[in-house]
Amino acid sequence: MKKIWIVAVAVILVIALAACGGNKGSAPSAPAPGPGGSPGNSAPAGGGGGPSTTQPLVVGFIYIGTINDGGYTQSQHQATMALQKALGDKVKCIWLENIDDTNSQAAQDAAKQLIDQGATVVIGTSFGFGDGLFQMAQSGNYNNIKFLHFSGSNINDTNFGNYFGAMEEPRYLSGIIAGMQTKSNKIGYVAAYPNTEVQIGINALALGAQSVNPNATVSVVYINSWYDPAQEKAAAEALLSQGCDVIAQHSDTPGPMLAAAAAGKLGIGYDLDNSQLDGLQDSYLTAPIWHQETYLIPAVTAMINGTWKPESYYGNMADGMVALAPLTKNVTPEAKAKVEQVEAQIKAGNFPIFKGPIYDNQGNEVVKDGQTLDRAAIWTTNYLVKGVTAAQ
Amino acid sequence: MILPFKIAKRDDVPKNKAALILILSIVLALVLSGVVLLFFGLNPIKVFGTIVTGSLGSAMRIQQTLIKAIPLTIASLGILVAFKMKFWNIGGEGQIMMGAFAASWVALNNGDLPSPILLPLMAVAAIVGGGVWALIPALFKARMGTNETIFTLMMNYIAIKFVTYLQYGPWKDPAAKGFPKIPAFSGNAVLPNVFGLHAGWIIMIILVAAVFLFMNYTKKGYEITVVGESLDTARYAGMNVSAIILVAMSISGGLLGLVGMVQASAIEHTLTWGLSSGYGFTAIITTWLARLNAITTLFVCLAFAMLLQGADYIQLALNVPSSVAGIVEGIILFFVLGSDFFLRYRVQWIGLARARAEADGLPLRGGAAE
Repeated sequence: MKKIWIVAVAVILVIALAACGGNKGSAPSAPAPGPGGSPGNSAPAGGGGGPSTTQPLVVGFIYIGTINDGGYTQSQHQATMALQKALGDKVKCIWLENIDDTNSQAAQDAAKQLIDQGATVVIGTSFGFGDGLFQMAQSGNYNNIKFLHFSGSNINDTNFGNYFGAMEEPRYLSGIIAGMQTKSNKIGYVAAYPNTEVQIGINALALGAQSVNPNATVSVVYINSWYDPAQEKAAAEALLSQGCDVIAQHSDTPGPMLAAAAAGKLGIGYDLDNSQLDGLQDSYLTAPIWHQETYLIPAVTAMINGTWKPESYYGNMADGMVALAPLTKNVTPEAKAKVEQVEAQIKAGNFPIFKGPIYDNQGNEVVKDGQTLDRAAIWTTNYLVKGVTAAQ
Repeated sequence: MILPFKIAKRDDVPKNKAALILILSIVLALVLSGVVLLFFGLNPIKVFGTIVTGSLGSAMRIQQTLIKAIPLTIASLGILVAFKMKFWNIGGEGQIMMGAFAASWVALNNGDLPSPILLPLMAVAAIVGGGVWALIPALFKARMGTNETIFTLMMNYIAIKFVTYLQYGPWKDPAAKGFPKIPAFSGNAVLPNVFGLHAGWIIMIILVAAVFLFMNYTKKGYEITVVGESLDTARYAGMNVSAIILVAMSISGGLLGLVGMVQASAIEHTLTWGLSSGYGFTAIITTWLARLNAITTLFVCLAFAMLLQGADYIQLALNVPSSVAGIVEGIILFFVLGSDFFLRYRVQWIGLARARAEADGLPLRGGAAE
């Protein structure tokens, strides 16, 4: 009896293995599925029916979240789609979602997967991917691959560049609205990490608020993660319970905005215009947002033309890399007028965000009267300005 | 409740029967995950074939599979030593982190030392770091009989938070423009590549052999096994149980600490709070599947790494959502782990009538009361 079983299972296994083996030849182990195939996490290359004569440049994106996270990654992905649309069948965008950005192995694994699928350009869109990718670029084993990193500072002479933008500009503008519309003079700020990038944003918002309301204070809660929907929301709820009546954020999902709406308070989002999101109609003010395609389209075009050189690109409101999402009906006319006035000055290039005198929250003068900070100086920020308190 | 079958512990399973159960479980897993894949409109045979080609189909894919297998195997060896003693060491993550911390401390302060001196120093530090971290719950267990499962689990979070603190505080790289990262090691502290793969694979193979010999051919290894089988027997035989627990956990933690050194040195080139990547937890599964045998562990870990790499690969290659890849992984694991139950226990069909009779404690007609 037992013998029969063993034989039966063996036969089934052999058949199964044969099926797998026989299929191997036609299994799509080779990259570049045709237009009729189901391109994985990839955009349809071009709208035309016929296959193109030249191979498209395969651009691989590494995302920290999902492409419908309602915030950071979704905004990154909109830029990816804009790139795909702008360059049509000259480029094929592929991507990997939910990649851990706290260790290099995850980033390198993802990059190698993308390269395995034919990518010759790898773009890491979270700060934590930077070192892992840079290691690959410097190893000499990937000289034919071009790497771009969003929000980091690594760069080399041949195949690694970075790009970012002056998010402090729209942050400052959103601070003006917060400062004019808070009644309790307490603005809540859900923040990811206590690092330079986040501190610049907090300071810009606080300075904007204080420019119109000297009594405005900002309370910050750090959640030590870029992407954690539950914690982002919980942090906002804590701030609301402390009397904050405008919630701003530097984290990836709309959690804090939903918390503000539920409490009947106001919210300033980040990354993506969520004014149409269910439930936010009466609470959402605006959001500082990204348009990474402002850099990606010319950069990838240059790669196709063979003229790309690594650079450290820093966009701003004038070139459109960063923007303030359209103000909703919840923004008062006075705030709107003030924002429009300052926005025009920023775009004209004669409104530095960080202009002395600026004091940190310990009372030290960090920017002297009459002094302004340029990009390099802004990116040495390691303090929070007067009127800001932070909790871990 | 009265069930028409009886579950009894097996004494021993003949080899061919064990193989049969395992093969059956794999076949069932493939069939069920095939149904799930069909449900999502995917061709299961194509998906399974692509998992294999995705993990072994090119030099780079094999390399990626092995890069995952190395830390997993070494971590599993560490877990094995503890589990053999029935000491449930769930603290692998923390021991990996503390090993990485100690190795990084050596690397960051002695970057000028030549590799042949620096790397062994880092390894020793890592073994001490992980070993000491495992020794703490072992001491409490040996002296006060605390529950090691909870204790080791909680130690994970302390270790991870400690490294996070270093990363954001005292060890933060001042040259990183405020970004919270620890400086990269000097080139001397990076494990070299041997045949296209970081030298961790050599460490892995040596350790597999060493742990196999230790557990099967040394007095200490035998004592650990006895303590695991029966505390009373160990005591009766005059063994110093406390000392055995401490030694075994030092070895277990030391091996896990070494994983931290390998990952910090070869992969991350620095210390980061995400370094352990869950290997300390995954190793619990692989160790269990390998039935606490060091040689088997190597092969189980290789297979598991194939599954991890293949699951990554199909996401991009076949447009399989990451959640579906996770389901397939989960089903295969469920069945293979489930087969373990049938290897350890015998399920005997006895019919409802007999089950009722046995429940009532009545003697059976025909008397089959063994």
